[in-house]
Amino acid sequence: MSDSVNTPRLSTNSSIYTEQRVARGKTILDRNLNKTRGAEVSLSAQSFLFSEMLQYTQKRVNGIQDLERKLNEFGYRVGTRMLELLTWREKVAKRETRVLGVLYFIHNVVWRSLFGKQADSLEKSTENEDEYMISDNDPILTRYISVPKELSQLNCNAFVAGIVEACLDGYQFPARVTAHTVPIDGFPQRTTILIKLDKEVLQREELLK
Amino acid sequence: MQYYFVVIGATDNPLYETDIIPSSRSSSINDPNRDDHKHLNQFIVHAALDVVEEVQWNTQAMYLKSIDRFNEYFVSCFVTAGNVKFMLLHDQKSEDSIKNFFNEIYEQYIKVLMNPFYEKNSTITSTQFDSRVKMIARRFL
Repeated sequence: MSDSVNTPRLSTNSSIYTEQRVARGKTILDRNLNKTRGAEVSLSAQSFLFSEMLQYTQKRVNGIQDLERKLNEFGYRVGTRMLELLTWREKVAKRETRVLGVLYFIHNVVWRSLFGKQADSLEKSTENEDEYMISDNDPILTRYISVPKELSQLNCNAFVAGIVEACLDGYQFPARVTAHTVPIDGFPQRTTILIKLDKEVLQREELLK
Repeated sequence: MQYYFVVIGATDNPLYETDIIPSSRSSSINDPNRDDHKHLNQFIVHAALDVVEEVQWNTQAMYLKSIDRFNEYFVSCFVTAGNVKFMLLHDQKSEDSIKNFFNEIYEQYIKVLMNPFYEKNSTITSTQFDSRVKMIARRFL
């Protein structure tokens, strides 16, 4: 347990501030978890923030793979917190123990809380047993991003892929999650989140059947 | 009547642990024996982790009731969505109050997790969390 109250402070100003804060009794443990339930953030603010994140990462990476990985890490941090919070906010808090349950959770609850609507489709790959795909016809996050030709492989929804990966990891279904652009008629921006589950997950599913 | 409460992270590392001694009972007579067994508490809970892993895949509930026994102690467990386990070592079996205890702790844990400076699976060092846990324990146990 920390003894933060006893550690020596370098600046008297900060110690006064901290003591005042604690005296007022407003700690993070006092905040109501349901306060922001259903709250909306303006798209322009979110796009601005996201563009800054992209610029920040672009300065620190070399290559598309690296950039997508950094975005994935950003999303991962968001995802771990979203998982617990969304589960708690559900009427009946329960854990998912099967692959399909987890994927439905992501497809419904997570997407609805992030983007206001369910994801557009959830598919299982016919070629590989361990691949699943969640698609979004018009991803809101990257609506105002135009990717230059040299980086045409890049899909900034790697951030969303990170969120999905964190949800899967939290539920103990480790997987590799990536975002791909697969345009179809009428939806040039259609993005597919490809989920490739680890072998152990499949083995466990077999055992539990 | 003592309780030993641990929060165990997804990688089986302890994030927070505390002994809860309800003030309602003065156990001065039993103190020597209790001090003797305190170091055992960690071992007992650690051994119970195996049982948790077996049981958690068979149910979708978060509150797994009493999953293990050791002499006169029971081990109860609560598994969160992110696979963080709250384990309670107790010697009485009042499931309802323990369930409420776990639910309240769950809420406090999520609030700690929401902190962007807190890494998941790192130790919980917040003194406020500590006092909250003790307060909730006084209320429900």
